[in-house]
Amino acid sequence: MKIRYFAWVRERVGRGEEEIALPETVKTVADVVAFLKTQGAEYETAFENEKIVRAALDRVHVKSDTPLANAGEIAFFPPMTGG
Amino acid sequence: MAVRIQREPFDAGAEIERLTRGRTDVGAAVSFTGLCRADGETGTISAMELEHFPGMAEEELLRIEAEAHARWPLLGSLIVHRHGRLVPGDPIVLVVTLSAHRQAAFEAANFLMDYLKTSAPFWKKEDNVHGGEWVAAKASDDGARDRWTTKSG
Repeated sequence: MKIRYFAWVRERVGRGEEEIALPETVKTVADVVAFLKTQGAEYETAFENEKIVRAALDRVHVKSDTPLANAGEIAFFPPMTGG
Repeated sequence: MAVRIQREPFDAGAEIERLTRGRTDVGAAVSFTGLCRADGETGTISAMELEHFPGMAEEELLRIEAEAHARWPLLGSLIVHRHGRLVPGDPIVLVVTLSAHRQAAFEAANFLMDYLKTSAPFWKKEDNVHGGEWVAAKASDDGARDRWTTKSG
């Protein structure tokens, strides 16, 4: 699955996007976060306060319990500060 | 309805003129321009970098704009949001709403800004004396957005 990161989540992970093969047991947005946190210190840092980090599936805001279903892309980012 | 995300500055006057030219049904054009302040959220700033999520930013602004059109009898609207490097005094965001009578245009412009600030994927990183610092989201912005869910449009 394509995973994208923005703002300080991107800086902490150290890249803007990557392709990761997720295990079959990963079913929801929260599962993706839990899986990533096992993949290295950079992910632990990026998601250390994981309730703050927002997610979008195929460019639509979702909550952490949302199933991935057939989404092609997931993005993680901090609360938005535009305008 | 229209949304533009661009690096370049915009001319609010020219945008309003373009939206209203030749129209005889529009009685009210409301515009809001957000500017980059030197007195930033993280202290005194010399510049800011505005990051966005290309694709989702446009789509999210269009969703917000469609919601405004569903709530108010608008005759037109435009949202322009800049990204990239901005310095104090630079325009950041423009919202224009058109309606027959002023109340709809005023309220819809207010609504668009409140929703834009909390749901459009943009992030500000300010240059202050400490270097670059990400702006934290404000609870008051969530409060400004949430008042629209308890009040009918």
